[in-house]
Amino acid sequence: MKWVLKRLSQIQIPRIPIVPRVVVLLAWLLGLCLIAFVLWFAMHGQTVDVLQTRGEIGNRQRDLLVFASLLAVVVLMPVYIMLFVFAWRYKEGHHRKYTPKWDGNKRYETIWWSVPILIVSVLAVITWVTSHSLDPYKPLASDKKPLQVQVIALDWKWLFIYPEYQIASVNELQIPVNRPVEFTITSDAPMNSFWIPQLGGQIYAMSGMQTKLHLIADEPGEYRGMSANISGEGFADMHFKTYAESQTDFNQWIDKVHGYENTRDLDMSSYSHLAEPGTSVVQYYHLQDQQLFYNVMMKYMGHSIGREQTSEMTNMEYSN
Amino acid sequence: MEFFANLLGRMDLSYFWHGWVQFGAQLTLIGAVVLVIGLLTYFKKWKWLWREWLTTQDAKRIGVMYIIVAVGMLLRGASDALMLRLQQALASGNSEGFISSDHFQQIFTAHGTIMIFFVAMGLMFGLINLVLPLMIGSRDVAFPTLNSTSFYLFLAGVVLTNLSLIYGEFGSAGWLAYPPLSELAYSPGPGIDYWLWSIQIAGVGSLLSGINFLVTILKHRAKGMTLMKMPVFVWSVLGAMILVVFAFPILTGTLFMLSLDRSMGMHFFTSDFGGNPMMYINLIWAWGHPEVYILILPAFGLFGEVVATFSRKRLFGYKSMVWALMAITVLSYTVWLHHFFTMGAGGNVNAFFGIMTMIIAVPTGVKVFNWLFTMYRGKISFASPMWWFMAFVATFALGGATGVLLSIPAIDFQVHNSLFLVAHFHNVIVGGVVFGYFAGLTYWFPKIFGFRLHERLGKAAVTLWTSGFLLAFIPLYILGLLGATRRLDHYDPSLGWQPLFIVSGIGALLIGLGIVVQLAQVVYSIWKRRQLRDTTGDPWDGRTLEWSVPSPAPHYNFARLPIVSTRDAWYEAKHGGNQVFSGEYKDIELPRNTGFGVYVGILSVLFGFGFIWHLWWLVLLSSVALIYVIIRRTYDENITYVIPAADVERLDTRKAAI
Repeated sequence: MKWVLKRLSQIQIPRIPIVPRVVVLLAWLLGLCLIAFVLWFAMHGQTVDVLQTRGEIGNRQRDLLVFASLLAVVVLMPVYIMLFVFAWRYKEGHHRKYTPKWDGNKRYETIWWSVPILIVSVLAVITWVTSHSLDPYKPLASDKKPLQVQVIALDWKWLFIYPEYQIASVNELQIPVNRPVEFTITSDAPMNSFWIPQLGGQIYAMSGMQTKLHLIADEPGEYRGMSANISGEGFADMHFKTYAESQTDFNQWIDKVHGYENTRDLDMSSYSHLAEPGTSVVQYYHLQDQQLFYNVMMKYMGHSIGREQTSEMTNMEYSN
Repeated sequence: MEFFANLLGRMDLSYFWHGWVQFGAQLTLIGAVVLVIGLLTYFKKWKWLWREWLTTQDAKRIGVMYIIVAVGMLLRGASDALMLRLQQALASGNSEGFISSDHFQQIFTAHGTIMIFFVAMGLMFGLINLVLPLMIGSRDVAFPTLNSTSFYLFLAGVVLTNLSLIYGEFGSAGWLAYPPLSELAYSPGPGIDYWLWSIQIAGVGSLLSGINFLVTILKHRAKGMTLMKMPVFVWSVLGAMILVVFAFPILTGTLFMLSLDRSMGMHFFTSDFGGNPMMYINLIWAWGHPEVYILILPAFGLFGEVVATFSRKRLFGYKSMVWALMAITVLSYTVWLHHFFTMGAGGNVNAFFGIMTMIIAVPTGVKVFNWLFTMYRGKISFASPMWWFMAFVATFALGGATGVLLSIPAIDFQVHNSLFLVAHFHNVIVGGVVFGYFAGLTYWFPKIFGFRLHERLGKAAVTLWTSGFLLAFIPLYILGLLGATRRLDHYDPSLGWQPLFIVSGIGALLIGLGIVVQLAQVVYSIWKRRQLRDTTGDPWDGRTLEWSVPSPAPHYNFARLPIVSTRDAWYEAKHGGNQVFSGEYKDIELPRNTGFGVYVGILSVLFGFGFIWHLWWLVLLSSVALIYVIIRRTYDENITYVIPAADVERLDTRKAAI
C-alpha cells in the first residue's frame, strides 16, 4: 500500500513539449474553420427568423440590430487588439519599456470616459426615436383598414378571434399581406409572450389585461409563431403557423372556415371546454359571442368592477 | 387518526418516487451524504469538525466553508446544465428525450437558482470572508457571530434545495418564478415552496452579510487607510454590499408576499381578486438587477488587484476605477425594467430604461481600458489568475456588447426570451463572475492554505472553460436568431436546430471537463503541497496587506495591526516606503467559538420545511426555539478570549520591521 502511494506521489504531470508557435496558431485556425463549417452546415437552408424578416416592423428591427451589432464590432475591435497586443508586448522577458509607478494619465482617461459617452449618446438618440417609432402599440401607417385579431393565450394553445369575420381559429393564424394587423392580446393562463419573429417583435399576454401589437406582412409565406414565455408543462408545444397571403386567398380561407363541416360554434361554454389545459391541433370556430374576448379578460376583473359597469365597459372598448 | 393525519400536513409517500432519472440523482445525493458522514465517523473527526470548523468565528474559515459548499453546488448546477443540454440535443421531433417536460422545467429552475444563489453568491461571500479583513488590515469582521449565522442561513437554503431532490419536487416556473404561474392556481405542489423558502432563508443570510461587511469596511480599516487608499477590491465590495443592503429587503418582501399568497390564500400577485402579477415582476427585478451587479462588482475589483500584481505595476487610473464602480452601483438601481420591455410599458418608459442601461456600458468600458493600460508598459507574468483575466476580457467584452444590443427596446422585442438572451447572460455571468471568482480563488489560495495551486492544471482548466464556453454559447446566440425560445424541452426537427444544440452540448461537456480538471488541480496540489509551499507569505509579489502576513494566515490575521500611508501599502513597504508594522505587541482579543449559527441554521431548515409541507406545528415550534436561541445568546457573557502580547510576539514569524 505504502509502496503504491509512494509511486503515485512520484507521478508528475508530463510537460507538454514546446510546439512551434506557428503550429499552435495553425491548429487554432483549423479549429475555428472546422467550427465555422459545422455551424454553417447546421444552418444551411434554415430560415434565420430574426434576420430574414418579411414584414415592415421586423425589417426595421433587423436593420437596427445589424446597425447596433456593427457599431459594437467597431467598439470591440480596439479592446481585442489592445488586449492581445499589450499582453504580447509587455510579457515578462520581452524587455519593453517598464513604468511601474505610472498610475494614471488625465488625457488618456478623458478619452475613454468621453468616447464611450459619445457612442452611448448616439445610441441613446436612436433608442429614444425607435422606442417610439417601433412601439408595438403604435398603429401602422397604411391606406388599408387594419385587420383586427384578438389573441387569447390558453394552456397551451393560441386562440385567434376575427371579430370582423365572425370566425376564430386555434393554433393557426391567417392574415392578408400588405394589410396592417392589429393584435389585441390577453391570456386565460399564466403569462405568455406572443411572438412571430419573421414579422416582428413580441409582447406579453397577461390575464385580466390586454396588450397590443401592430404587425404587417410584406410577402406571402408561412411564418412560425410561438409563446416565448414559460407557461407550464405544455409550453414547448405552444406554437402556431402564420400564413400571410393575398386578400383573395384570405377571403377564400374565411369562406372555407365558415363552410367547413368541422367548424364549431364558439361561445362561453365551448370556450371553457377549449380553455382546459392541454395542447391542441388546428381548430376552427364560428364566433357566436362578439364579447368573448372582453368577457375572458373581465372574468379576472369581476371583483373590482360591478357587473353592469363591466358590460358597459366592454361595449365601449369594443366600439373603439 | 385524523389528528395525526393533520400533523403530517400535505406530506405523502408518493413524493419519494418520480422516475428513474430522479432516482439516480436521489441515490447520488444520499450516497454523497452517507460517504461524508461515514468518513467523519471512521476517522473520528466529528469533534474536530465541530470545534475547528462548524463553530468557528474566524472569517477565513467561514470563507473556506462557503467555498466548499459553493463548489459542491457548482457540481450539482453543472450536472443540471449537462442534463438540459443532453435533453435539447436529443429531443428533436418524435424523440421525447430522456426527461419529461415537468422534470426539464424543474431542472432549469434548479440550475438557475443554484448557480446564482448558491454558487455565485457562495463564492462571492467566501472570497470576501477570506481576504477582505486581511486586505483592510483588520483582525476580523465587525460582527463575527452574525457572520457565522449568515453562513448557516445560506447553508439552510442549500439544504432545503437539495432536500427537494430527495423528498418532493423543485419549482418549475423558472428561477424567478413569475406569477401567476407560480401561484397556487397553476403550481399547487410543494415545488415552488421549496424554491421560495430556500432563497428566502439564504437571502436573509445575504442581507446580514451585506450589513456586516459594509460596517467592516467602514469601521475596521487599518490606521491611515482612508477611503481613497483602499485597495480597489475593497471598493468593489463596498459597492456590492451597498447594493445588498438596499436590494435584498426587496427580495425578502416580495417572496414573503408570494408565500402569503401561497399558504394563506392572499392575493398580492394573483391574476384575479385585485392581485397584480406585474407588480411581482417589477419587484423581483428591482432586486434581480442589482443582484447581478452584486455578483460582478467584486469580480471587477479583484481583477484590478490581479492585473496590477501580475503586471508589476500600479493600477492605472485608480480614481477613475472608484468612480466607475460607484457609478455602476448607483445606476444598477435604475435599469430593472429592461428585463420586461415586452410588457407593454410604452415608448417613453422603455426608452428611459433602455438608455439608463446603455449608460452602464460607459463606466464598464472605462474599467476595461484602465485594466488594459495597467498591462501597458508593465512586466506581465502570465500565471493562471492572469489567464483567467485574459479569458474574462475576451468573453466579457462580447457579453457586454450583446447586452448593449438588448438594451435597445426595439431590438429586445425580437430577441427577448430567446436563446440569444440566454447566451448573453451566460456570457457575462460565466465570462465575468465565474472567471473572476476562479481568478480570485487561484490568486488567494496560498494565503489561506499555505501552498499554491498547480499552475499547468490551472491553465488547462482556463483553456477548457474558455473553449467550452464559446462552443456552448455561440450556437445559442445563433439559435436565438433562428427564433428558438428558451426553456423548450422539445422542438420540431424541421427547424434544423438539432446540430446547433449538439455543438452546444459538446461545449457544455468541455466545461464539465474543465471542472474535473479543476478538482484534479486541487487534489494534485494537496498531494504536491510540499513542492508548492509558499514559504514567503507573498508568492506573487503582491501589493496589498494580505500578502504582508505569513501563509497560511494566522487566525488572528495580524500580530501587530498595520499602519498604512499609501495605496499598495505592502508593495511600497517592500520597496523602501513606510513601514507597515511597528511598535509594541499588544493583547489580542478574539471571539470565542459558538454553535449559535449552527442552531439558527438547523431551526431555519425546520421552519422552511414546516412551511413547505404545511406542518404548522413545526413552524410554530421552530419559531419559538429560534427566539429562545437568540435570547439565550444575549445572556452569553463569556464570548471572547485573549492571546497575551508575549504569546503574540512568540508566534509572530515576521518580526523584521517592514
